[in-house]
Amino acid sequence: MADGGSFTMHPLEQFELHPVGGALGRSVNFTQANLFMVVGGLLILALLVYGTRTRATVPGRFQSLAELLYEFTHSLTIDQIGPEGKKFFPFVFTLFVFVLMGNLLGLIPFTFTYTSHIAITGALALMVIIMATVVGIVYHGFGWFSYFAPEGAPALLMPLIVMIEIISYLSRPVSLSMRLFANMMAGHMILVVFASFAVILGSLGAVGLLGAIIPFAVNIPLVGFELLVALLQAYVFAILTCIYLHDAVHLH
Amino acid sequence: MSGNSSEPDPSFEERLRAARQRQGLDKPIVAQAAGDKSGLGFGLRAGMELVAAELVAGVIGWGLDRFLHTLPLFLVIFVLLGGAAGVLNVMRQFKRADADRLQTPPRAD
Repeated sequence: MADGGSFTMHPLEQFELHPVGGALGRSVNFTQANLFMVVGGLLILALLVYGTRTRATVPGRFQSLAELLYEFTHSLTIDQIGPEGKKFFPFVFTLFVFVLMGNLLGLIPFTFTYTSHIAITGALALMVIIMATVVGIVYHGFGWFSYFAPEGAPALLMPLIVMIEIISYLSRPVSLSMRLFANMMAGHMILVVFASFAVILGSLGAVGLLGAIIPFAVNIPLVGFELLVALLQAYVFAILTCIYLHDAVHLH
Repeated sequence: MSGNSSEPDPSFEERLRAARQRQGLDKPIVAQAAGDKSGLGFGLRAGMELVAAELVAGVIGWGLDRFLHTLPLFLVIFVLLGGAAGVLNVMRQFKRADADRLQTPPRAD
């Protein structure tokens, strides 16, 4: 993009996967996405194990964080699903914390945001919808299929309504996975674009250096905004999982 | 202190809540819930629902056509159904948001 050809913008380069871990990593295609998923999982485990180690009445920093995370997800699950939500709390908690850790880890420079890949969010969403379907069938047996046929609808319109309901149900994992992936990807791309502007302008000499302050200054609130998006998207993912489980348990 | 333990509790809880609010400790959760419902995020989610339903329906229609060699027929039908399903999704989203808004004030107290 720059005339000298010394620096070009590659906002998508950060999402490319590279095998890590030498020959062993290459042979099993262990990419940095896998690496950061492992790191994220270990960090969560470390926080929960280390945080609850002392079991103090007056919690310290890490215990506070662990308890806050636990209680927040717990009340979210119970509020949305009802008393039956207790059974699904471990599932929702794991999902929420995994997505949250992925979003937050990605904000640290030189890390990889695994939630910015549709393969990962898609797999999570698929897991949610299969879980919700299985739960629905276990709770209601064959009656679960009445979910697609709302009572009180005229029989003439039934085929149409059933089709629309099935499409609506199948679109849930798509919108669930797309929302998370698109939000994370777009945010990280914008950060790179503005950072690249700053570098390109900065290479134009004194005037350019002065101009480079503007995109750089834009990037600072953007990082804060990304922090909000990271928290919000993890929250939205968890709450929608709860809503789908609620529908499976209560049939509306 | 233990004699009238029920009496100081409410006032303590009240003062604690007030103090937490003053220090901005109670805000994040409230802000998250509000941010979920207000403006841009809500609108983007509604748009995403529309696109997702259309996408799923399009894929189903195209797949059926490919399988039955009737190319435009099912694609046309399912794209229309997909639009309806998308609107249904958005309607449900709004209904949910309304229910949440009606529910939230007592829970916040």
